[in-house]
Amino acid sequence: MTDTVLEVDSVTKTFPGVVANEDVSLTLDEGEIHCLLGENGAGKSTLVNMVFGLYRPDRGTIRVRGQDVYFEDSGDAIAQGIGMVHQHFQLIPVFTVAENIILGNEVTKGALLDLDTARRRIHALAERYGLAVDPDARVGDLSVGEQQRVELVKALFRDADILILDEPTAVLTPGEVDDFFGVVRSLTQQGKSIIFITHKLREVLAVADRITVLRAGKVVGSTTAQGATQQSLANLMVGRDVVFRVEKADADPGVPVVRVRGLRSQDDRGAETVTGLDVEVRAGEVFGIAGVEGNGQRELVEAICGMRPATGGRVEMLGEDITDWNPRRINQLGVAHIPENRSKHGVVAQYSIADNLVLNRYSQAKFSARGVRNTSAINAEAAALMEQFDVRATGASAALSTLSGGNQQKVVAARELTGELRILVVAQPTRGLDVGSIEFIHRQIIALRDRGVAVLLVSAELDEIMALSDRIGVMYRGRLAATVDAADATREALGLLMATGSSSATDREKQ
Amino acid sequence: MTTLEHASSLAHAPQRVRLDRGTITSLLFGLLGVALIAGVAPAIDSTTRRFNLERPPDPAGIGFHPPTWIIAISVFYLITAILGFSPHAARRWAGLSRVLSALGLVPLALVLSLALSDNAGTNVTNLFSQSLVLATPLALGATTGLWSERSGIINIGIEGTMLASAGVGYMTYAVVGEASATGWLWFSILISVLAGGLVAALHAVLSIRFGVNQIVSGVVINLFALGLTGFLRSEVIFRTGNTSGVSTSDVGLPLLSSIPVVGEQLFRGGPIYWMMYLVVFGTWLVMFRTPWGLRVRSCGENPHAAETLGINVLRVRYQSVILGGLIAGLAGAWFSMESQGGFEDNMTNAAGFIALAALIFGKWTPWGAFGGALLFGFSRALGTRLQFLGVEVSGFEIPSEFFQSLPFVVTLIVVAGAVGRSVGPAAAGAPFQKSR
Repeated sequence: MTDTVLEVDSVTKTFPGVVANEDVSLTLDEGEIHCLLGENGAGKSTLVNMVFGLYRPDRGTIRVRGQDVYFEDSGDAIAQGIGMVHQHFQLIPVFTVAENIILGNEVTKGALLDLDTARRRIHALAERYGLAVDPDARVGDLSVGEQQRVELVKALFRDADILILDEPTAVLTPGEVDDFFGVVRSLTQQGKSIIFITHKLREVLAVADRITVLRAGKVVGSTTAQGATQQSLANLMVGRDVVFRVEKADADPGVPVVRVRGLRSQDDRGAETVTGLDVEVRAGEVFGIAGVEGNGQRELVEAICGMRPATGGRVEMLGEDITDWNPRRINQLGVAHIPENRSKHGVVAQYSIADNLVLNRYSQAKFSARGVRNTSAINAEAAALMEQFDVRATGASAALSTLSGGNQQKVVAARELTGELRILVVAQPTRGLDVGSIEFIHRQIIALRDRGVAVLLVSAELDEIMALSDRIGVMYRGRLAATVDAADATREALGLLMATGSSSATDREKQ
Repeated sequence: MTTLEHASSLAHAPQRVRLDRGTITSLLFGLLGVALIAGVAPAIDSTTRRFNLERPPDPAGIGFHPPTWIIAISVFYLITAILGFSPHAARRWAGLSRVLSALGLVPLALVLSLALSDNAGTNVTNLFSQSLVLATPLALGATTGLWSERSGIINIGIEGTMLASAGVGYMTYAVVGEASATGWLWFSILISVLAGGLVAALHAVLSIRFGVNQIVSGVVINLFALGLTGFLRSEVIFRTGNTSGVSTSDVGLPLLSSIPVVGEQLFRGGPIYWMMYLVVFGTWLVMFRTPWGLRVRSCGENPHAAETLGINVLRVRYQSVILGGLIAGLAGAWFSMESQGGFEDNMTNAAGFIALAALIFGKWTPWGAFGGALLFGFSRALGTRLQFLGVEVSGFEIPSEFFQSLPFVVTLIVVAGAVGRSVGPAAAGAPFQKSR
C-alpha cells in the first residue's frame, strides 16, 4: 500500500492579468514518478513554485503527508522535505560544488564553516545515489550534466524526499538523458517521490508512472503511462490534433551557395572552439548541424554571420568572400539570421513589435525619408507580417517584452524571413517554444527551402535536426565529425557521433 | 586551387604575436629601458646617494650610484620586452616580468628623484610607514565597498559616507568633549562609526527598498555629505570655537617596536590604523569562513539561487551594506580624529574613490584590496616625499602639483592597464525582487 506524500488541493494562483493556475489538484504517491506535462505557459512552473514555497497560492491547500502546510519561503518547503531542481540551475558559478551544496544549510564547527564534514557527507550521498560530484570543483567549470548532479545532491543534502525536477532533460544529450533516467529510477527505489516536469512526450512515456496534463492553467487530463500514447498526450496538451511529422517533399538542391573552408574561431574566453571546419550548403537544401552544446556551434554561427571574428579560414557566400564582413553587409547580401539567443541578439525587448519587425530595414526608402521614420508604413508592414506569421498580441505598438517566447520568436522569424532571401542561418529556432509554435516555425523553414533558399540549421534537438534536414553534419570539438544524408541517419548513430565524435566507439567498447 | 591552398595555409599558420594589453605593456617597458640607457643614465649626476633607514642625525643606510641602478633596471626592462615578444616557451615568464617591471618603477622613481635633487639621501623606512598610514582610510574604504558589492549593492557613496562620518564625529567631539578629553574622543569615534552605518542604511533603503539606481543613490550620498558637512562645520563646529583638537595618540606594538633602527618607525601607529588590520582580517574571516559570509557572497552572485535555498536576500543585503557603512565610519574618524584633530571641508579628498579602485585592483578580495590600498597609499606618500626633495630637471623645478596628482595617475594606470580583467560580483547593481 503506497502513501500519498503530497497533495495539491484545488489551488488557484493569479498574477496581474493572468490566471496561472485555476483549481488545480494533484497527488503524489510515495516512490512514484509523476509527470507534469504541458506547453509553455500552461502553469506547470507556477504550480511547482507554490509547492516549493516561492509563490503563495491565492486559494486552495497544499498538504504534505496529510498535514496542511503554509510556506512563507522555500526554507519552509525545504524543512518539509521538498527539494527542487530548477530548469535554470540555481547555482553560483564562482562557488565550489561544496559551497553551493551547503549554502543556506551550512555545516559549522563553532562559528566557522566546516567544509571537511560537508565534503564527507557529499561523498556519502554521491555514493549512495550514484551521483558523482567533486566537492572542490568550481561549478562554473562543470558541464551542464555535472551541474545537474550538483543540483540533485543539493536537494538530497537537505534530506528531501519529495523532488521536483523542472525540465531536467532540456539541457542533456540523448545519452545523458538515459543516464539521468537511471538515476531518477534509483532515487524512487530508495523511497523518493518525484514530480517530473517536461514537454517532451518521448520522455514522459519512458519514465512516468502517472501523468497529469495542464493546459492554460487547468488540469485537462490525468492518466498512467500505460494508458497513453505520444499522440494522445500531444492532443491533450495543445487541445487539438497535432501533426508530428514535418510534411516535406524531397529536396531539389542546386549549386553550393555557402562554402566554409578551414574556419577557426574563438569563444569569449579566447579558447579556440571552431577548429578548422569545412561545410557546404546548397541552394534549396536544409543542412542540419547536430551536436552537444558547447562544441563550437555558437561560435560557428556567429563567425559566419559576422558577429565574431574568424581567426583562420574563410567563409564564402554566393561567390563572395564574406569573411569578417560586418553583420549588416552580410544581411544585405541576402543572408538572414535567426540567432540562438533571441533576447540578446534577436530583438530589442523594450521596443514595440512594429519597430522590431523593421530592425533590419528601417533605413530603406519605404520606411524612412530624409532621416525621418515613416510610421504609417512601418505600422502597415507590421500589421501585415503579424497576420502572416500569426503573432498573437494586443497590437503592433505593444512592447515586444509583453509577448510569450513563442510569439517573440515568430516576430524574429517574420522579420528575418521577409525580403530578398538567399541564405538562412538559424540556431535553436524552437528552443523553449511549445508544440504549436514549433510546428509553425518548422513549416516556415521548409517553405523557404522549397523556394530555393539554402538553410543552415543548428540545433541541439536531435528530433528537430532529423525532421528538417536533408543532410546532417555532426559537430564535435569544433569541426564536423561526419556528414550523412538525412535519409540514412538514425537517432542512435547520430547520438554516438555527438557523444564521441566517431561512429565506431561502441565497437571499441565491446572489445 | 589557390583558394584552398590559401585556406589550409591559414589553418596551419603558427599563432601570431598579437598586440594586446600584455605585449603593448612589454613594448612600453622596452622603450622606457632604451630611453633610460641612451638618454638618462649618461646624463645623470653620478655622485653617491643614500637610502636612509632612520631619522637623522647619522642615520644607517645604503649608499648607491644612481647611473648603475638606472642601467640595472633598464636592462631588466629590455628583458621584459624581449620576453613579451619571444615565441612560445619563454612567453610564460612575460607576465611575471611585467609585474616585476611595474614594481621596479618604485626604486626607479626614487633613484631618479634623488639623483635630480640636491639631497644626498632620504629616509625610506619612514616612506614605507607613511604608506601604511595613508593606506588606512583606503583599506577601510575598500572593505566598505567589499561588503556592499559582495552582497550585490554597488556603492560609490563610500567617499560621502566617510566624509559625513568624519564631520559628524568631529562635531560631537567639538560640542560635547570640547575637542580634548580622551573619553569623549573615543565616544566621538563611536559616533563616527554609527554615522557611517546610518548613511549606508540610507543607501540601502534607497537601493534595496525603493530600487533606486545604485550609482545615482551613491552620487546623491556623496553630494549630500559635502553639503551636510559644510553646513555643520560653519554652523556648529565653528561656533564652539574648537576647530582643532587633540587626536588619538600613537600606540607601539610591544617588542616589535623596540627592534633597532626600523622598529620604532614601522611598529608605531594610531589606534584606528591598528584596527584597520583587524577589520581587514575580520572581513576575510567572516566573509570566507563563516556561513553568513557565504550567504552574503551568494546574494551578490545569484540572489535567485540564494532565495530558493530559503535565504532572505533583502535582509542579508541590508546587513552587509550597513556593516560596510560602519567600517566607512571608522575611516571617517581616522580623517578627523587620528590623522589630524579637526574637520575641513572635503577632507577625504577622493579617498573613497581611490578605495574603490583598490577594491577593483584587489579583485573584490580583502587582502587584494588591502594590497591595492597599500599601492595607492605608497603613491600618495611618495608624491609628498618627492615634493620635499625638490626635484630639478635641467634647472626647472618640477611643480608640487605634479606630485600631488601622482596617486590619481597611478590609479588610472593600474586600473586601466596593469590589473587586467577584474570581474566583480555577478549580480552587483541589479535590484532584487522577492517572489510572491
